[in-house]
Amino acid sequence: MFQIRIHGRGGQGVVSGAEMLSVAAFLEGRFAQAFPSFGSERMGAPVMAFCRIDHKEIRSREPVLDPDALIVQDPTLLHQVDLFSGLQPRGYILINSTHSFDELGLGAFARGVGRYRLCSLPATELALKHVGRAVPNAALLGGFAAVTGQVALASVVAAIRQKFPTVVAEKNVAAATEAFEFASKAKDTIDA
Amino acid sequence: MLKQTEGSHAVAEAIALCRPQVICAYPITPQTHIVEALGEMVKTNELAQCEFINVESEFAALSVAIGASAAGVRAYTATSSQGLLFMAEAVYNAAGLGLPIVMTIGNRAIGAPINIWNDHSDSMSMRDAGWIQLYAETNQEALDLHIQAFRLAEALSCPVMVCMDGFILTHAYERVDVPTQQQVDAFLPAYEPRQILDPADPVSIGAMVGPEAFTEVRYLSHHKQLRALGLIPELATAFQKQFGRDSGGLIRTYRSEDAETIVVALGSVNGTVQEVVDEMRADGSRIGSVSICSFRPFPLGVLRDALQHAKRVVVLEKCLAVGLGGIVSDGVRKALSGIVLNGYTVIAGLGGRAITRASLRRLFEDAERDELEQVTFLDLNADAVSHELERESKARRTGPTAEAILRRIGTVASRIG
Repeated sequence: MFQIRIHGRGGQGVVSGAEMLSVAAFLEGRFAQAFPSFGSERMGAPVMAFCRIDHKEIRSREPVLDPDALIVQDPTLLHQVDLFSGLQPRGYILINSTHSFDELGLGAFARGVGRYRLCSLPATELALKHVGRAVPNAALLGGFAAVTGQVALASVVAAIRQKFPTVVAEKNVAAATEAFEFASKAKDTIDA
Repeated sequence: MLKQTEGSHAVAEAIALCRPQVICAYPITPQTHIVEALGEMVKTNELAQCEFINVESEFAALSVAIGASAAGVRAYTATSSQGLLFMAEAVYNAAGLGLPIVMTIGNRAIGAPINIWNDHSDSMSMRDAGWIQLYAETNQEALDLHIQAFRLAEALSCPVMVCMDGFILTHAYERVDVPTQQQVDAFLPAYEPRQILDPADPVSIGAMVGPEAFTEVRYLSHHKQLRALGLIPELATAFQKQFGRDSGGLIRTYRSEDAETIVVALGSVNGTVQEVVDEMRADGSRIGSVSICSFRPFPLGVLRDALQHAKRVVVLEKCLAVGLGGIVSDGVRKALSGIVLNGYTVIAGLGGRAITRASLRRLFEDAERDELEQVTFLDLNADAVSHELERESKARRTGPTAEAILRRIGTVASRIG
């Protein structure tokens, strides 16, 4: 089983991101479960969503407490939420930022104990460029596909096309595709 | 057809396949997505020959469903939490009149304190209203139970609630197999009412009944549910034949045949319980679980058969009978009347508190050592409770309790799980 926890704020498409990821895994013939952990459902409030991917039926309903990958849609949460809680050794952290982990002051820590695999991705910039709105979820899923190899980009693209009407979908597909290319280039450094 | 979709949407598709003629809707979290999806299907004519009625309250939602059902059509509505309480009088009326309405409950806690998250307080509050109550473990089962529910309701002329855990199921995306219209039509015949308000053949429905006949009418409601004890497993078998899946039935056992410790629970938590059962079995524990699907009628006989060989039974409940403990436990104890074993009630998952594998494992290991209290509150924050009790013992005007507990516990947005 591969478990993902997505952190963000209300309005950033955190829940849709987890749902699309589950659809991408489903399209590859696997079992997947996505569900939200709503706070008080306000724009801007911290929001979490979870996704599990497995080769067999997923029975557990507990929140993802020991993720294999974290997707952080909003780096300002670093100071508010216990983001890295339970992250497995060699786990992945994808963060939406134009800054590197070292610039964010996290490099030494994150490479330390857990030898986490880190990817910083300018997902909001990519969303603004392609979608015209600051919704980083699709771009981060593209980056997730590149970094973890858990789902193919083609499956992420298909999931995006299921979720949105054509015009919006294609813009998000463009963001996800560029993010995939961006993260693919960094993959060797990330796995090191 | 296999789909990866939201639980609410899967249920909406199931309802549409059942060809309801009237759907009454009033929004309340977390069931709203179900009636929203149905509203869209009616508007696009994907669900044809169905009237979608937006009403002004939950009381009206069920009252309109009662009117529609009495006029001889298949009627459906859904609600949660306070919404169910607001329609309480109509809930009793629908059952008392014998109208086969199907209603989804997206299970949610009841305030105060106000809380939008999942537990079973809402449907449990209506457990004795005369409706059949079925609890779904997964979204597949939620979908399947609705198809069975219409057939069950109409066979008996008795309303059925299908209960699914709010958020945990209603908002979860998972794989579901959505049957074809042909399959559903083959399983669910057109509705043939036992009673109908027809101007061409007038009757009155809803007579005033005095002491001379009230007991008899009530007894017949009870008798109907006793018949359901036979019909529910029959329908599950017929469903299996038509759709190729095990869904519904009275109870389901999991590795309980030789178990010394058996956990009993309702709804989606059974999946997590089964995971923990497997973990503990691998380490040599003799533990198993039983999922109750039909809570009303309560399956005393099959539960007794499933539990009587155990040394102890742990009833895991998402609802608190304040001043008593557990509601499900009462039924379980009745099922085990005359059998000596240790029975424990565990209150868990109130107001959306996550029920984790780690907490369940600790709990079940305590149970195996018979170190549980009769009533345990899983993961209770004893510090917050004792601090508040001490504060209240020292001063008179200590203010509202909920606010004080929140202050003590501090910000929760930073926590996972």
